Amino acid sequence: MMNKKTKKGDVLLSIKGLKIQGFSDEKWHDIINGIDLTLHAGEVLGLIGESGAGKSTLGLAAMGYTQPGCRITAGEIIFDGVDLTKLTDGEKRKFWGNRMTYVAQSAAASFNPAHRLIVQTTASTIRAGIKDQASAYKDAQHLYSVLNLPDPKHIGERYPHQVSGGQLQRVMTAMAMSPRPDLLIFDEPTTALDVTTQVEVLASMRSIVEEFNTAAIYITHDLAVVAQMADVIKVLRYGNEVEEAPTRQMLNAPQQEYTKSLWSVRSLEKTQQEAEVSILSLQSIDAAYGLEKVLHDVSIEVPKGSTVAVVGESGSGKSTAARVITGLLPQMSGIVRFDGEDLPPTLSNRSKDQKRRIQMIYQMADTAMNPRQTVREIIGRPLEFYLGMRGSEQTKRIVELLEMIELDVSFTERLPGELSGGQKQRICIARALAAEPDFIICDEVTSALDQIVQEGILKLLLRLQEELGLTYLFITHDISTVKAIADQVVVMNQGEVVEQGLKTEVFSPPHPDYTELLLSSVPEMDPDWLSNLNKKEIRS
Amino acid sequence: MHPVLKTVLGRLGLGLATLFIVSIIIFSAIEMLPGDFGQAILGQAATEETVAAFRRELGLDEPPYIRYMQWVGSAIQGDLGTSFSGRNASGTDRSREVIDLLAPRLWNTLFLAGITAIVAVPISLFLGITSALYRNSIYDRTVNTTTLTTISFPEFFVAYILILLLSSLYPVFPSLANVDASTPFTERLYRSALPALTLTLVIVAHMMRMTRAAIINLLASPYIQMARLSGASQTEVILKHALPNAWAPIATVIAFNLAYLVVGVVVVEVVFVYPGVGQLMVDAVTSRDIPVVQGCALIFAITYILLNLIADIIGIITNPRLLHPK
Amino acid sequence: MTQGKNTYSAAGEVGSVVEKRTFWTRAKIELSKSPWTARFGMLVIFIYAILAIFAPFFAPYGEAQVFPEPYAPWSSTYIFGTDQIGRDIFSRMIFGARNTVGIAVATTFLAFLIGGTLGLAAAINRSWLDQFLSRSVDVLMAIPSLIFALVLLSIFGSTVTNLILIIAVLDSTRVFRLTRAVALNVVVMDYVEAARLRGEGLGWIMRREILPNIMPPLIAEFGLRFCFVFLTIAALSFLGVGIQPPTADWGSMVRDNASLIMFAQYDLKAGLTPLLPAAAIALLTVAINFVVDWFLHKTSGLHDE
Repeated sequence: MMNKKTKKGDVLLSIKGLKIQGFSDEKWHDIINGIDLTLHAGEVLGLIGESGAGKSTLGLAAMGYTQPGCRITAGEIIFDGVDLTKLTDGEKRKFWGNRMTYVAQSAAASFNPAHRLIVQTTASTIRAGIKDQASAYKDAQHLYSVLNLPDPKHIGERYPHQVSGGQLQRVMTAMAMSPRPDLLIFDEPTTALDVTTQVEVLASMRSIVEEFNTAAIYITHDLAVVAQMADVIKVLRYGNEVEEAPTRQMLNAPQQEYTKSLWSVRSLEKTQQEAEVSILSLQSIDAAYGLEKVLHDVSIEVPKGSTVAVVGESGSGKSTAARVITGLLPQMSGIVRFDGEDLPPTLSNRSKDQKRRIQMIYQMADTAMNPRQTVREIIGRPLEFYLGMRGSEQTKRIVELLEMIELDVSFTERLPGELSGGQKQRICIARALAAEPDFIICDEVTSALDQIVQEGILKLLLRLQEELGLTYLFITHDISTVKAIADQVVVMNQGEVVEQGLKTEVFSPPHPDYTELLLSSVPEMDPDWLSNLNKKEIRS
Repeated sequence: MHPVLKTVLGRLGLGLATLFIVSIIIFSAIEMLPGDFGQAILGQAATEETVAAFRRELGLDEPPYIRYMQWVGSAIQGDLGTSFSGRNASGTDRSREVIDLLAPRLWNTLFLAGITAIVAVPISLFLGITSALYRNSIYDRTVNTTTLTTISFPEFFVAYILILLLSSLYPVFPSLANVDASTPFTERLYRSALPALTLTLVIVAHMMRMTRAAIINLLASPYIQMARLSGASQTEVILKHALPNAWAPIATVIAFNLAYLVVGVVVVEVVFVYPGVGQLMVDAVTSRDIPVVQGCALIFAITYILLNLIADIIGIITNPRLLHPK
Repeated sequence: MTQGKNTYSAAGEVGSVVEKRTFWTRAKIELSKSPWTARFGMLVIFIYAILAIFAPFFAPYGEAQVFPEPYAPWSSTYIFGTDQIGRDIFSRMIFGARNTVGIAVATTFLAFLIGGTLGLAAAINRSWLDQFLSRSVDVLMAIPSLIFALVLLSIFGSTVTNLILIIAVLDSTRVFRLTRAVALNVVVMDYVEAARLRGEGLGWIMRREILPNIMPPLIAEFGLRFCFVFLTIAALSFLGVGIQPPTADWGSMVRDNASLIMFAQYDLKAGLTPLLPAAAIALLTVAINFVVDWFLHKTSGLHDE
């Protein structure tokens, strides 16, 4: 009875006491620590958690699959009455691509470059004998149109590299839906997408799951996204379940402290301050990488002692603007004025003091610190280089800086590899502070971090601003981070400034078209947000 | 123009440019000779007139670029100059045309390299692919350690072990592979058995390791995991998902190793006294017979560049991104 | 977690935090877990080094000392017999360790000096210098280096200095490519950009930011390059165009005694004699390959799973 389809409300998948271990550093480590999970037919379960929570491992385990280097040590995975842990790979294969399918995070890497999209979309359906080739192709075209792909009749003739990332993610959803599975696993399917693309992909994924009444497990770290997709939410941490509840109940009244703290990040909001004197101004900047022009007539004012957030999607030119300010990419035309004087375009023409006063903090703390230098060397170098501090004076200052970023003297001799993600980013902040700067560029400094850690870093940055009177240029794609930290907002799109002004002005209507699109695309912690958005679009 | 054609033409152009520069380097070998080499070649008794005549014959009085043009011009027509050996102080000249020395030996070398390739390529692809598929099994570990040991051996060590075993202790094959144009095919095979076996052992180890690495790299692609998760069997994963993307890396591995064969052949020919280009070249280097060295070097360089060119072109014409442009 | 599950503190934050250990304890732990192949390799390298350094101390006779008895059989006087003109093979093997290995080490160092410096400069500079060097290396690598070496040796003649220079220059092309490639991976790191933004000079960036991070692949490459150089020199000497007599050298010793191999039917020991220096070469390259294989496995962080 391979293709028996289940009725709505039946238990489709039940996992009991599951334990999974992974092999690294010559040892077996626990990844999943005894988790129970029940999924009914037609139900969507959201799995959320931070990195290392084991959510992807659990998602794959729901299909009875473990990645190379992992093993199931205890528990059972019962899918429609069959314990998958007791099956051989050959037996499990009859389920895969047939009754259970998978949508991966990186669509671009997950499609075989050598085959046409429609061939890959229908391969498992045809193999399982669910449909013949002609009807499978016809159905795939139907799925493409349900998923709002352009030219659904012919897009399948293309090869993976010929369509965009967002389209590829939808083709993969069509591929997963083609055999009409009972269970679909979505593994962070929109994480790699820009926010305006994400909203379209989310909408089409949700509509197709609803249309075919398929049960799904939706894995993500983004609470607002899971709120749109899931009926039930399960929170994981360190391979354990924290809690599980229906979506609305979970959003309104989380029980556990950990869950509450996840929620609270979203509520952080800086009270906006207005400032008059401008410390940095970009005036009509044009810049290019080789022949490709990436900034067009960009002007930005940064008032002293405030935070200006630059928001935009990938390719908007926000990071390029930062490179122009630092002198890494000399502008073609326009002026960078800092504290009353024009900065020379190239880094080598700037004075040591000019370099000292503008510091930068990077997105990936991992790559921003030399893995072979200790914390003492990392923080000590700018002290010595700019301020000539050595010996015990330097040590004293390092300890002061560590205390400023809420770490202590025990960290001085550690290498970056011996620090956690948040601690690394704090050391990077301390390195910037060591130069005693006036102006710090923060390039996506929180986007690689887990939400709780993000909150800690944002609070630290706000406190330091208050104590030291720093000015921040905060580059980000995340609107909730903007709310948390900014006084002023600059919206950029395709190398141009779309809008700039005080946070309250930019975030309240009327908006230019692009700001409207950007703001409306940011998922909110409201389960009805996506439905309302779709209704609005239909009306307009 | 179609991007595949464009890329292939670009690659061909690059190959020609490389050959051009290489030919200049080889040509300039004669330029760099010390001034008294005429004396050295013709012997101490040579008179100034004979030395001057010899220099004239080599055209050393003409400017270098004209001589380069002449050299390349005649090389294209198959004339690689005249050997230095066979000359003497009195001015009598019993020297031979380089091309007459090279031609029969080139055929011998190609024969040896050819039979080695026919045996070695399938074996190493089989070993490489299977050990990649059964990674970390006992089979894989054994093959891995064995080949790691073999690639550490100098070619002449392998050659002499084989001679010791198969020619001295148990005389199965001859230790001297003296073949000539009149040797019948089966006899030729029999006499070439030990040199071919030596080359095969060395090449298989290299090629197998590289194939294994290439396949492991390929199997780690996310689309392979995706194929597994959509229920494809191991056979299907290999044939439908890995193989279409494996041509380029496999072609590179084969070309690289056949090119390596070109080098290995030199030592092996000397060990077995096999009358090939390699042995000719070593003799010419010892006697500093520059025209012969140039001729041999040119042959080896062309083979090497050609093999790499073929591998690159296979990589280009099997690349879906180029085959199906946006 | 002593901090309790739900209160957040930066210092108490846990992640993939690695335990703090000094270099020596880490090395000791790694060594104790090393496979037998690597340990065997290290032991062999150690013995070779000792033999090479104290060669005159271990060798019973001189390097070029000729005895009246050519092709003497193995005996207590001549442990591995004598060669075609009556020199003690055992002594020459020990001196060979010094000559063959010494020349190969010098050549490899020179190749790394040339290739490493230029590769690092190309990676940081990335302009005309990089273009020029990379194209030149492409051309040099378009011909097999043994063939190239033969051409150059036929012009300049086979002296030890020429040999070292020619092989080092030809081999530095591969060192250049590797150094450039690994350094390029490091140059794009944010910490190098941070150092540049701070205003650090080129020398400081090269020495302090880049070099420490490209050492593991370079050390592994040093081992592999050494093997390659060692085998090339041995091959050239074997062909008679490398290290010249009377210097004791393993490659030419194989060639000189090769004819003995056909006597193996009558006297197996005599037949084995030419294989001894070849085996000495093979043993060292095997040993180095074993160590490098383990080292690469360790430092790449890949566990080949």
